[in-house]
Amino acid sequence: MTTSRRTLHLGVALDGAGWHPAAWRAASSSPDALFTGPYWQRIAEQAERGLLDLLTLEDSFGLQSAEPLAAADEERTDEVRGRLDAVLVASRIAPATSRIGIVPVATTTHTEPFHVSAAIATLDHISEGRAGWQARVSPTVREAALVGRRDVPALTDLDDPAAPDLIEDLFDEASAVVDVARDLWDSWEDDAEIRDRATDRFLDREKVHRVNARTPWFSVRGPAIVPRPPQGQPVVVALAHSSVPYAFAARSADVVIVTPADGADARRILDDRRGQEGSVGRRGEPLRVLADLLVLLDGADAPAADRLARLDGLGRPLSSDARIVTGSATALADVIEELSELGYDGVRLRPGVLGDDLPRIVEDLVPELQRRGLFRTAYEGSTLREHLGLPASVPNRLTADLDLRSAS
Amino acid sequence: MTATERKQIVLAAYIGGVNEHTLWEHPDAGSQIAFSTFRQVAQTAERGFFDYFFLAEGLALRERDGTVFDHDIAGRPHTLSVLSALAAVTEHIGLVGTLNATFNEPYELARQLASLDHLSGGRAGWNVVTSFDEFTGGNFRRGGFLPRSQRYERAAEFLGAARELWDSWAEDAIAAYGEGGRFLADPRAGAFAHHGDQFDISGRFTVPRSPQGHPVIVQAGVSPQGRDFAAANSDLIFSPYSRVPEAREFYADVKRRAAGFGRDPGDLKIVPSIGYVLGGTEEEARRSAREIQQQILTEKTVRVRFEQVWNRDLSEYDIDGPVPDIEPDESAPPFIQGRAFHLQDRTRAVHEWRELARERDLSLRELAAEVFERSQLVGTPEQVADQLDDFVQQDGADGVVLGGHVTPGGLDDFVDEVVPLLQARGSLRTEYTGSTLRENLGLPIPERVSVPAATAG
Repeated sequence: MTTSRRTLHLGVALDGAGWHPAAWRAASSSPDALFTGPYWQRIAEQAERGLLDLLTLEDSFGLQSAEPLAAADEERTDEVRGRLDAVLVASRIAPATSRIGIVPVATTTHTEPFHVSAAIATLDHISEGRAGWQARVSPTVREAALVGRRDVPALTDLDDPAAPDLIEDLFDEASAVVDVARDLWDSWEDDAEIRDRATDRFLDREKVHRVNARTPWFSVRGPAIVPRPPQGQPVVVALAHSSVPYAFAARSADVVIVTPADGADARRILDDRRGQEGSVGRRGEPLRVLADLLVLLDGADAPAADRLARLDGLGRPLSSDARIVTGSATALADVIEELSELGYDGVRLRPGVLGDDLPRIVEDLVPELQRRGLFRTAYEGSTLREHLGLPASVPNRLTADLDLRSAS
Repeated sequence: MTATERKQIVLAAYIGGVNEHTLWEHPDAGSQIAFSTFRQVAQTAERGFFDYFFLAEGLALRERDGTVFDHDIAGRPHTLSVLSALAAVTEHIGLVGTLNATFNEPYELARQLASLDHLSGGRAGWNVVTSFDEFTGGNFRRGGFLPRSQRYERAAEFLGAARELWDSWAEDAIAAYGEGGRFLADPRAGAFAHHGDQFDISGRFTVPRSPQGHPVIVQAGVSPQGRDFAAANSDLIFSPYSRVPEAREFYADVKRRAAGFGRDPGDLKIVPSIGYVLGGTEEEARRSAREIQQQILTEKTVRVRFEQVWNRDLSEYDIDGPVPDIEPDESAPPFIQGRAFHLQDRTRAVHEWRELARERDLSLRELAAEVFERSQLVGTPEQVADQLDDFVQQDGADGVVLGGHVTPGGLDDFVDEVVPLLQARGSLRTEYTGSTLRENLGLPIPERVSVPAATAG
């Protein structure tokens, strides 16, 4: 069977000093550099040396919290607090890299769809076709209070009776936001700029379109201010743990990241995903499904289990929505190979400590996967869509509609 | 005047983008959207020891009578994203963008600007503009909701709220740099609460205090209200006056207003936008300037510029013929949308122009050359250096914002030929002495106004 030998997709999730709450206290971390450009540039360069498909950049309007749904701000001082805007970090690292896909998180709840669309399109121009966008919703009262434009019910946990309606509404809105962003990316046809001196026309105005989106949450007239991005459609990514976000991913995203706890869970989730794509009437390319793994890898002089025990002893022990894999690069490669055999397109790795675990991913895990024939030995394409095996040329959504209308 | 007493000229460079004076037809004209264009201009300006690179903004494509402009450059990048990317390929030059206070929210924009300040090592600046324009509002959740009279009110409160956010982390709020298990020295770092007429927001800001404290604030104020606002709140004024004596009058006026607000007038810099054309001889430069003007004033450009003033379709009028005898339409919805318009009284302007055209027997196209011409420095490199230096030393301004006529190579000759002459006169730095934009401009870091934690959150 060729499916078990296909090339996997590998992503790395970047956040602060890493995903362990005490990651910043590891000797390899430089907590004083977390808010500087060179810090993010070095990490991106390192990930690119590992030939990874993409990196994601975590973000939220709200300050990090051990209890994200708590109504009041916590006053914890022993963990990293503070983040820079991920879309701007993405733009900062784009000129310093040339191949790796760059996928910042941006919320759909409190942002202007027009601005987000323009920022991702611009990231695609800056990176020459390597932009993605991890679209997320912001369900908390604390985030709503920062922006002050809408009220959301205060949820103490996801079992709250108000939760289902809120979650459904936020994800419906997220679908509408992604939809309008995609329309705006297509609102300029590829050849709209003509620079025809004879007729004094810079633009062929027949090739620039309004989007005229009207949704229950917002309206956007268009066209975009940014010419069509190099990829046509930058890659939309969603992280999903339950049925509503799965449906959102199936409707709106190119890549879904899921969090299976073990092999059986992984099989069930994948079946659910494929079913969801059918029930929302997804057309075109199937979703690329990546499994999230939080990883701590053995180093030459420090076994991962020892590092984890030491970090756990410093404060809040590690816990995660994603499966935690601690051990050798070979053991991690086994887990990844198993996921691949189940039909996963790849994995996104959350390094427990960036300074320790990203080098192990690049220097140990990637060669191991290459030996097994599971991972590329060189970048073949130059765009993120190409890395992911998505069609490099995407039909324009707006002109496809026009063609349909004129044909009917 | 000795060299040490000379004012140092503030130089800024902007990308000729969506406007009517960039020659997209020129054989050397490059992409208006590729990052290489922005990199080249920013790096050229940095090679010339400019203070900052400036990017304008437009949030809707311009339209004439409901259809998109096709005769001029259209399309531009997201301002903040390009500035952040430029931080990766430059080291010293400031990165200033126009960002709208109407179609953004204070929390998000303050966060983006503070992020840019961190990512650039202290080189961020914000040209604060407002809009009440319903047409642009059609692209945003908010829509065109803001009465014109509330523009400054919203802008002032927006800027105030942004400052509270930038001040919400103390310089020493992060303890992680030392030993020990604490990342935060202050468990409530970032706490803020702003309850005003325009914004009611509270919580904790996610961005630690940035290298400049606050990004450099730029404004354009012309009306008495606008002048006061800019004199009280900004570090730089992007002035429309580039000709003596009105420039000197404006300069003296806003510096006086700044002093009235208790500020050192030296902490407020005045910089108008200006064009330039160089030549080997004065005659050659003048000829180039005329040719550039002819290329700019195409039939479509002339017509659209006047149609915006008349607020009517003028396609029936020959632009090489006389000035139309009809009156502007004051009541119709805007015929031209999405293009900045600053004339206070269109009927009066038309009457004055008609008179001017009659006196001097000007066609519509010739009139355009008179009334729409940007002010320009034209001459040999020596002459342009003299004109610019005199303008600044005589307090017409503190510096200028320069854009070439061709993108992206249009700044090359200025940097190669005029910059060394300004340096030789002692009016321009020969190396960057500061690491932040504030340091290079000689501006102080704003004192942090700390919010008592009890009232915040």
